[in-house]
Amino acid sequence: MTNYLDFEKPLAEIEGKAEELRAMARGNEEMDVTEEAAALDKKAATLLRDLYKNLTPWRKCQVARHPERPHCKDYIEALFTEYTPLAGDRNFADDHAVMGGLARFNDQPVIVIGHEKGNDTKSRIERNFGMARPEGYRKAIRLMEMADKFGLPVITLVDTPGAYPGKGAEERGQSEAIARSTEKLLQIKVPVMSVIIGEGGSGGAVAFATADKLAMLEHSVYSVISPEGCASILWKDSEKMREAAEALRLTAQDLQKLEVCDRVIPEPLGGAHRDRAATIKSVGAAVSQMMKEVANQKGDALLQSRRKKFLEMGSKGLAA
Amino acid sequence: MNWITNYVRPTINSIFSRREVPDNLWSKCDECGTMLFHRELKDNLNVCTHCGHHMHITPRDRFKALFDGGVFTEVAVPDPVADPLQFRDQKKYPERMKAAQKSTGEKEAMLVVEGEIGRTPIVAAAQDFSFMGGSMGMYVGNAIIAAAERAIKLKRPLVLFSAAGGARMQEGILSLMQMPRTTVAVQMLKEAGLPYIVVLTHPTTGGVTASYAMLGDVHIAEPNALICFAGPRVIEQTIREKLPEGFQRAEYLLDHGMLDRVTPRTEMRDELVTIIRMLLGLTPAVQGDLPAPVAEEADDTDAKAVEKT
Ligand SMILES: [Zn+2]
Repeated sequence: MTNYLDFEKPLAEIEGKAEELRAMARGNEEMDVTEEAAALDKKAATLLRDLYKNLTPWRKCQVARHPERPHCKDYIEALFTEYTPLAGDRNFADDHAVMGGLARFNDQPVIVIGHEKGNDTKSRIERNFGMARPEGYRKAIRLMEMADKFGLPVITLVDTPGAYPGKGAEERGQSEAIARSTEKLLQIKVPVMSVIIGEGGSGGAVAFATADKLAMLEHSVYSVISPEGCASILWKDSEKMREAAEALRLTAQDLQKLEVCDRVIPEPLGGAHRDRAATIKSVGAAVSQMMKEVANQKGDALLQSRRKKFLEMGSKGLAA
Repeated sequence: MNWITNYVRPTINSIFSRREVPDNLWSKCDECGTMLFHRELKDNLNVCTHCGHHMHITPRDRFKALFDGGVFTEVAVPDPVADPLQFRDQKKYPERMKAAQKSTGEKEAMLVVEGEIGRTPIVAAAQDFSFMGGSMGMYVGNAIIAAAERAIKLKRPLVLFSAAGGARMQEGILSLMQMPRTTVAVQMLKEAGLPYIVVLTHPTTGGVTASYAMLGDVHIAEPNALICFAGPRVIEQTIREKLPEGFQRAEYLLDHGMLDRVTPRTEMRDELVTIIRMLLGLTPAVQGDLPAPVAEEADDTDAKAVEKT
């Protein structure tokens, strides 16, 4: 049972009809629906292609948030071996919104860190919908330090609506934790590769995405604020999220033009959730590629070029 | 206009505007409602003489009070690409910029200067909340980088006064990228062994708090300043409960270990001098109002002198 997005309603109708026909035929041996069903399938395929050919920024946000999209855990399970989660910030708690630990990527030991949103009600609550608390960022900082100490590359998978806006999170220094995580990524002398696999929500994403190389999945987004939040502030109307999504230039394609994102990883037709295995494979290939690209720089030279990348960022703008 | 009209309909906004205000105007304290003589309020750095409430102060007014003899020199900030995303909400971004420039008389939301406080040379940067909520975009990022570079060149500490609603949405992802950019600036300062002192003023929120404002060697806040990542309204909507009194205010953060000190604006200058001179291993400061330092030949072409007005 596919979970259809709002804008996929027409597709849902056609695919539903095809499914109905086939179900009827199964109950009645004399009925031959092959032709009609095939015609509907074809119509659905065309519609799917048309829908996804030019996704508006707001639709991309919806795809990026699709509940069946592969999440951090799926990538870790499929792309890494010997994943050994390391827990806790040694101070307060272990934040389940952030996964992280030692693992091998193409046999090479690495530190992998990412936001995990969960995939059903229970796990979503446990993962706090991918919204990290200070402990999550502090766990990540600890792992980044470990990577630096033992010369292990860092791979981060970014997928968060944003850092958790909660009472305890604020009391324990959400701002400071995010600031220190970004700072740590600009201090360590090992390669940092990051992939935005879904939502890159504001500061909570920056804390993991400040990398030598940043890739984004085709329909992922990375933004200073959610379109809904931006609409309610600038348009004074949270229903203007379409306009806000447009204006914010939060798509992978626009971010590549702005040189914030280094590469866009194509998604299967109809989005990552329609072929999770293919998506995961593409992400794996992109990470391998990025690791090769940074392999020629080491230690301080690598760190300085990472800092330079950010110092120079935005010097052109979209118009250039 | 007689004094009663002034008294009955006080121009509260006058203290927020850069227009020259006649000295006979009265202002009302936002907090306790006391009518304050404008000149008296100004002399007290926009701190209510009755209840101690800290009202907004412009970077220029702050610097005039901070530096010896009120003299400081502006540090040039490289101009970023204007309107990099061609952003438009109900208004075009360039129009919002023009309106902010007109109402504040400033170019952008941060002012970077150099000068002496208690005969201690420093570089200082202050964010201007009245300029589009002090929001952090490319210019503010450039300003912080310029401030750090200038401090390193002159081997001086950097004192940064933060005030912002967060990142500038009209610059989209590029505003968010000021978090890592400014972090690099702070790292350059630290690696040069120079003190970086952050004075958090009302309000300091969002991406600003989650980057350069929380990376200081010393964090000092003005009393009752709102300092947070997520604002109280967002949190109340999320957790659906009332927040405790004083939540996310300076004193609350001090209690929760996020700040070193909470210091009234009127005592800030002396405190900064004391701390900086100890960090730099200098002799104790001379107390009191000092005249401007003896004018030196400008050692840099990218600096232009600002006279006390
Ligand atoms: Zn008062």
